[in-house]
Amino acid sequence: MASTDTTAKAKPDGHDLAGLEAGLDALDAVQVKRTPFTQVLLHKVLPPVSAVVLVLAVWKILVLAEVTDDYKLPDPSAVWHSLTELWVQGTLLDIVWTSVSRGLLGFAAALALGTPLGLLVARVRFVRAALGPILSGLQSLPSVAWVPAAVIWLGITDSAMYAVILLGAVPSIANGLVSGIDQVPPLYLRAGRTIGATGARGAWHILLPAALPGYLAGLKQGWAFSWRSLMAAELIASSPDLGLGLGQFLENSRTDSDMPGVLLGIFLILFVGIAIDLIVFSPLERRVLRTRGLATR
Amino acid sequence: MAPALSTEKTGTAVVPQDAPAAVRLHHVHKSFGRPGAAQPVLDDITLDVRPGEFVCLLGASGCGKSTLLNLVAGLDRPTAGTIEVPGGRPALMFQEHALFPWLTAGRNIELALRLRGVPRAERRPEAERLLDLVRLGGSYRKRVHELSGGMRQRVALARALAQDSQLLLMDEPFAALDAITRDVLHHELTRIWSETSLSVLFVTHNVREAVRLAQRVVLLSSRPGRVAREWEVDIPQPRRIEDAAVADLSVEITEELRGEIRRHGQH
Repeated sequence: MASTDTTAKAKPDGHDLAGLEAGLDALDAVQVKRTPFTQVLLHKVLPPVSAVVLVLAVWKILVLAEVTDDYKLPDPSAVWHSLTELWVQGTLLDIVWTSVSRGLLGFAAALALGTPLGLLVARVRFVRAALGPILSGLQSLPSVAWVPAAVIWLGITDSAMYAVILLGAVPSIANGLVSGIDQVPPLYLRAGRTIGATGARGAWHILLPAALPGYLAGLKQGWAFSWRSLMAAELIASSPDLGLGLGQFLENSRTDSDMPGVLLGIFLILFVGIAIDLIVFSPLERRVLRTRGLATR
Repeated sequence: MAPALSTEKTGTAVVPQDAPAAVRLHHVHKSFGRPGAAQPVLDDITLDVRPGEFVCLLGASGCGKSTLLNLVAGLDRPTAGTIEVPGGRPALMFQEHALFPWLTAGRNIELALRLRGVPRAERRPEAERLLDLVRLGGSYRKRVHELSGGMRQRVALARALAQDSQLLLMDEPFAALDAITRDVLHHELTRIWSETSLSVLFVTHNVREAVRLAQRVVLLSSRPGRVAREWEVDIPQPRRIEDAAVADLSVEITEELRGEIRRHGQH
């Protein structure tokens, strides 16, 4: 036990210690600073924009160098032209919305099924032993493998699409919640019990909030799985009877040997995936991590 | 060997009128492991903490200090013997602050109030009062990660006090803090203890800390934990960790503790 000069000089009365305490608090307290807007622009917006510009430049150079035929590698402007054409026809937003609404509805259903399933697996030992390995295994199964089965069971219908989304996303969401609950520090549960948070109150006040970061990571992955499975389903099980979504648009462009359309389809799918992540999941995740002092950036 | 654990609110009925106690351990045994191959951790611990008393439990590693606190806190059950806590569920403070990072400092305290059944309207002012008590008025909205180690332990202390328990159990709560911060917290703890009717059972392996804080120091032997010796500390408060009287008694207790530890090297 080291005694220190600083306290040796202090008088033993409370007043002096209070001053010392205030000094310690001021010295030790973590300063939380907001990053200025220009910094955000410089460190977060500039790098991805440069990367996109670089890809476009390389693409343009390859076209100019005529490395391959025009119908295999069209000029970037041709893809842009396809986009504006769709916009003028008024079908662009319809196509995107058909797929996005399917994706979001499927994801919502996966959320409603995956959350209670995850809770059961995490908290009931028998269910975990029974379903845990299957859930983990299902995550490594590409959900496109379900498409043939879904088509045979349900026909080429919207239901088949939703079935494929659910089979892809439910395991991710459930697994995310399970690992979120598994990673809750036992100290929180002990601390909760000492202040009287037992049973259902313990689950509500301690377990669920403590598991939230893992759960959110599962939701994020669940969305990625939903979107991917939906695109696979739309590509394979495309039919004129169903509304024209991005997958069908891509497939139609392929049958028309319309390479600008194919590239546009790919870009739109990518764009939607990134946009939903940026608009919904990243801010949610960042907020949760920041309030807990876990944000790395 | 029927373990009769009574940590319910039983009032003063279980404590004889002539000798009230904040906690009473009566021939407590605790073993871990399968019956037959069980490892005894605590062996025949009999110990009373009087109401308003400050007792430090001192011992080397393996003396079962933390196990003992868990038993008193009701987080675990003794293998044999009885533990009576007449004042109801004791408050417990850990070495780690154990504050919930998804809540602000104030909300951490309010959660304890809420679970105790304090009406919503009274929680906020009570949380503010407790923060003032640990000299953290104005930190209500602070997040746990925005607080220093010492401030976190003070919020944890405020949360423990929010349970309004007559008994506060402390499991090496200042062990992870630097020396100056620990000095300040020793002062705060003795101040709050003397202002309230709180009984404290404080576990530590730091002899000077024990002598600085306690009215009574109880030395436990290791493997299994037994009460080896007790000292009444009648040095007047406020004490300082550098006081000569504190140092003298610490030397005496340290010698005894070293003797306890040496016994284990002789097998």
